[in-house]
Amino acid sequence: MALVEIKNLHKSFGSNHVLRGIDFTVEQGEVVCVIGPSGSGKSTLLRCVNLLEKPQQGQVIVRGEDITDPDCHLDAARQQIGMVFQQFNLFPHLSVLANCTVAQRTVLKRGPQDADRIARANLERVGLSDKIDAYPAQLSGGQQQRVAIARALSMDPALMLFDEPTSALDPELVGDVLTVMRKLALDGMTMLVVTHEMAFAREVADRVVFMDAGVIVEQGPPADVIGSPTEERTRTFLRRVLDPTHVEPS
Amino acid sequence: MSTDATETRPTDASPDRPGAINAVPVRHPGRWIAIAVIVILAAMLLHLLLSNKAFDWRFVFQAMNQQPVINGFIKGTLLVTVLSMIIGVGGGVVLAVMRLSDNPILAGVSWVFTWFFRSIPRYILLFTMGTLGILFQQGIAFGVPFDWKIIDWLGLSGDWRFYTLDANQIFTGIVAGVIGLGLSEAAYMAEIARAGIMSVDPGQAEAAEALGMSSGKVMRRVVLPQAMRVIVPPTGNETIAMLKDTSLLLAVPVIGELFYQLQSIGSTYYKTFPIAVAATLYYLAATSVLMVGQYFLERHFGRGFGTKAPRAARPAGAGGA
Ligand SMILES: Nc1ncnc2c1ncn2[C@@H]1O[C@H](COP(=O)(O)OP(=O)(O)O)[C@@H](O)[C@H]1O
Ligand SMILES: [Mg+2]
Repeated sequence: MALVEIKNLHKSFGSNHVLRGIDFTVEQGEVVCVIGPSGSGKSTLLRCVNLLEKPQQGQVIVRGEDITDPDCHLDAARQQIGMVFQQFNLFPHLSVLANCTVAQRTVLKRGPQDADRIARANLERVGLSDKIDAYPAQLSGGQQQRVAIARALSMDPALMLFDEPTSALDPELVGDVLTVMRKLALDGMTMLVVTHEMAFAREVADRVVFMDAGVIVEQGPPADVIGSPTEERTRTFLRRVLDPTHVEPS
Repeated sequence: MSTDATETRPTDASPDRPGAINAVPVRHPGRWIAIAVIVILAAMLLHLLLSNKAFDWRFVFQAMNQQPVINGFIKGTLLVTVLSMIIGVGGGVVLAVMRLSDNPILAGVSWVFTWFFRSIPRYILLFTMGTLGILFQQGIAFGVPFDWKIIDWLGLSGDWRFYTLDANQIFTGIVAGVIGLGLSEAAYMAEIARAGIMSVDPGQAEAAEALGMSSGKVMRRVVLPQAMRVIVPPTGNETIAMLKDTSLLLAVPVIGELFYQLQSIGSTYYKTFPIAVAATLYYLAATSVLMVGQYFLERHFGRGFGTKAPRAARPAGAGGA
């Protein structure tokens, strides 16, 4: 059984039909990278997976449970899905450690010692053991994003969602975050990653999904989708991303 | 006024230190004139305070020291301020959350409450609170609503009331005053709390929801603590305003109130001006204490904001008050 199964997903904002019938699955342990032009609906798709956006039509089935069903216990479903945002969204009023314990304590009802131990272990995993008492504003963007990853991991999720996790970072800080994500993939975490880092997608992804205008245009192993795309839209997009200075002949 | 003495000579810079800046400090003759004027005015004020017989300082301090006055200050001013602000802040936050909820009925109720209580002058509201007992001459009962109709309809007798309060005891004195001031304050605090909640980046609530927090927990653990940074400064203002509005308790009427007690002493001894001075001193002292409290609250809720280490941001002493 697939870990996540998305069936015929439609989402509109007013008259803007953003997702136009998305079908796809993520298997246990799989790393799927979603690529595509800006505004194609990648973030919206990701946000539908944990229902931060409510789709108008279609189903999102996580571990066999349809979370779009109004009777579904949404908070419980969300506990199994970690999310990492482009803008980090750390809680600025809490220390790094408290960022990683607050949901463990209040949602999972873990005791203070357990929560603390698990948070410390995950902060060590992202290489930030020495920043435990800092506040988010005292960290660099790359460090903040790694805390955000540790915060999500502290809930022991079955699936991690990443929405352009390195897009808000200075170029020299991107590597640290990608290293953490690569390690996570090697540890067998199931990951759904929206990214513009083609080298990362090529190396780490089991499958690459190319989206444009609210539909999945093409998907498959990275060597196929990035290496030798069959669709013209994919080729045009990749040409722009891989060679941003290239000018199209008009 | 001569400025020769303050002339600085840039010639001190030795020739072997090239690049010494040829800086002449900016002089502020206007500032010195202002200081002189202020010093003179302050001296005049001090002279007035000390020499003018109308102040009658001995009487001022004697009046301030009377037990009914002290009681009026502690109960009528301080206690009522604290209790009304508790109702006001608690009610205001609840009203703000209701107003921002997706439920149009909750939002509507909140809007109507705010509209109603912001429209009534506090003096008139307090006067009204003192007379509300007339609405509930049989007391306020807790039990099944419309029980007498239901009992009638079922052909039974008796009543389904568990506990009855005497309305004339509620809508009188300090209790009526606290309820009136608290409800009025809640209407103002609702707007302040709403602004505070809206100032928090929506990404914060999203991140908390994504972690599986229920909407109540998102509000309590993530949104409100950050909103407090915006809510606390105007709430300090509201508290100071409330402290002064307790003098309106007279409308209920509450006679165990600071100014009422001072005035009755003043009229007994035919001294009105020293009474005004005594009241002013009480309010000055209480407001000063509140400002110190506000400083510490602002520091607490400012944690984690700005790039400095939170503990390093502390200025010397509580001088920021
Ligand atoms: N909350 C929202 N309200 C209205 N329109 C939105 C909202 N979120 C996204 N959109 C619109 O949906 C479209 C897809 O956005 P998004 O999913 O963010 O694209 P991507 O992440 O691929 O750049 C855009 O046209 C955007 O303007
Ligand atoms: Mg996006």
